[in-house]
Amino acid sequence: MSESIVRALKCRECGQEYAIEPTHVCEFCFGPLEVAYDYEKLEGKFTRELIESRPQTMWRYKELLPIDGEPTVGAQNGFTPLVRAKNLEKVLGVKELYIKNDSVCYPTLSFKDRVVSVALSKAVEFGFKTVACASTGNLAGSVAANAAAAGLESYVFIPHDLEQGKVLGAGVFGTNIIGIKGKYDDVNRLCSEVAGKYGWAFVNVNVRPFYAEGSKSLGYEVMEQLGWKAPKHVVVPMASGSLCTKVDKSIKEFIKLGLVEDNGTAIYGAQATGCSPITKSVKDGTDMIHPVHADTIAKSLAIGNPADGYYANRVIKESGGWAEDISDDEVVAAMKLLAETEGIFAETAGGVTLGCAQKLIESGKLPRDESIVLCITGNGLKTIEAVADRITKPRIINASLKEFDVLAEADGVK
Amino acid sequence: MSINVRIPTPLRKLTDGADEVAIEAANVGELIDNLEAAHAGLKERLCDEAGEIRRFVNVYVNDEDVRFLDGRKTTLKDGDEVSIVPAIAGGK
Repeated sequence: MSESIVRALKCRECGQEYAIEPTHVCEFCFGPLEVAYDYEKLEGKFTRELIESRPQTMWRYKELLPIDGEPTVGAQNGFTPLVRAKNLEKVLGVKELYIKNDSVCYPTLSFKDRVVSVALSKAVEFGFKTVACASTGNLAGSVAANAAAAGLESYVFIPHDLEQGKVLGAGVFGTNIIGIKGKYDDVNRLCSEVAGKYGWAFVNVNVRPFYAEGSKSLGYEVMEQLGWKAPKHVVVPMASGSLCTKVDKSIKEFIKLGLVEDNGTAIYGAQATGCSPITKSVKDGTDMIHPVHADTIAKSLAIGNPADGYYANRVIKESGGWAEDISDDEVVAAMKLLAETEGIFAETAGGVTLGCAQKLIESGKLPRDESIVLCITGNGLKTIEAVADRITKPRIINASLKEFDVLAEADGVK
Repeated sequence: MSINVRIPTPLRKLTDGADEVAIEAANVGELIDNLEAAHAGLKERLCDEAGEIRRFVNVYVNDEDVRFLDGRKTTLKDGDEVSIVPAIAGGK
C-alpha cells in the first residue's frame, strides 16, 4: 500500500491539530477530534479501476480509512447488498428506492462491524491488549466478536435491560459483559470515566475519531453500487448522529477525489419520537440540542445526549435534507412493512428509518421522482421482543393430510 | 461545603495529574469559579465567553446532568459528587 494520507487529528471546533494518538477531545475547547487527511496525495492514484480490482469488503477503500498498512481486525467486514426495493416503491409511490442492507453485515449483522474493524485495527497498532465499549447492544456484539477473532481481551458495557438477542449476541463471544443499572447515557458517562482510568482502547471513547471513520465505508459502497453515482437523497437513523455526518463526509470525499459527480445529495435523519433531540432541533430551527431522557423501543437509537447532534443538525441543514420522528407503533409497523415487501427483517432502528422516510415522502420533504437510499443498520432477529406480539403465529395441526386439507380449504387454496 | 470533583483526562494537566479534587462551593457556578482559583485555566476550558458551560462539556451532580437540574445555579451540599465529562463519546 502507498503511504498513508492521514495527516493528524483535528479539532472540529477550534482547528487545533494533534498527533495520531488514542485521544478524542481537544485539550483546549473539549471539541471532538476528527481524522484529517491530505487528499492531494491520492491524486491520480485512487481510481475506480483500483477499487474494483480489490476484494468486496469495506477495505477496498482503505486509503480513506485511518489505519497504517493492512487491517489486522475485520478484514472481511462490510460490502453489504444495495437492494433496489421495487415492491416498496409501489407501496410508497416513489420512483427509485434502494435499501442499503447492513442487517447482513459480517460478522455480527449490524453496521457496527465497520466501525469496530477500524477501531480495533487501530487499537492493535497502538499496542492495546484490551478493547472496550459503551453500547446499546450492536456495538457490544461487534466488539466482542471482532476482539475474539483478533485474540484481544474485551469489556463491553451495556444498559442492564437490553433485548435478549443483543445480550446473548455479545456474551456468546466470551467477552466480559457488564450491565449497568441505567440508560445508555449513564453507561456512556461511566465509560468516559473508566476510559480515563484504565489503559484500554474504548472504541467509542478514546479511539472514537478512528472508529467513527469506519462509517464512511457504508457511503462509499452505496456510491459504487449505484454505478459510481451519489444518490439524490439518503435517510439515516440517528442516535449520536455520527453516521449522518460520516455518510456526508464519504460523499464529499468521493467528489473531491473525482470518483463521483456532485449530485447535490440531501441527508435526512430519522429518530423515534421517544428519543428525538436531534430531530427536534432541526424542526425547531435551532442548533442547540437539548438532552432528553430516552424512552423508546428503538433502544439502539436511545441516546438522549447525542455527541454528534450538533454536527448532524448542520449536515442535514446544509445538505438540504430534513429530520423526522415516529412513534413506537409506527416503528413496528414499518419493520413489518419492510419485511413483508422486501424480505428484509431489520431491527427497530430500521423501522425508524423506513417509517420516517414514509412520513417525509407524505409531507413532500422527500420527492417521489428522485433516487432515495434508506440505510438499514441492524438485524431484526436481535430485537424480536419489539414485534413478537404483532407477528402471525403458526397454526398448529397434527401431521395429518386430512387436517391440512381442512386448513387449506378454509384458506381457499385450490 | 466540600465537594469532590472528578477531573477528566484532558484537564488533568491543570490539576497536576489529580483525577479528583475537593472544592468548596454552594452551587455549580461557584464551584467552577473556585476550581479556577485553585487550578488556573480550568474555567476557560469548561465555559464559553459568556460563562455558559460549553457545548461539549457535561457536568454531573451525583450522576444527574446539570442541564436537567438548574444548570450553573444547581445547588450543592456537603458530600456531593461532581463529575466533569467530555460530551464526545459513544453512539452510532
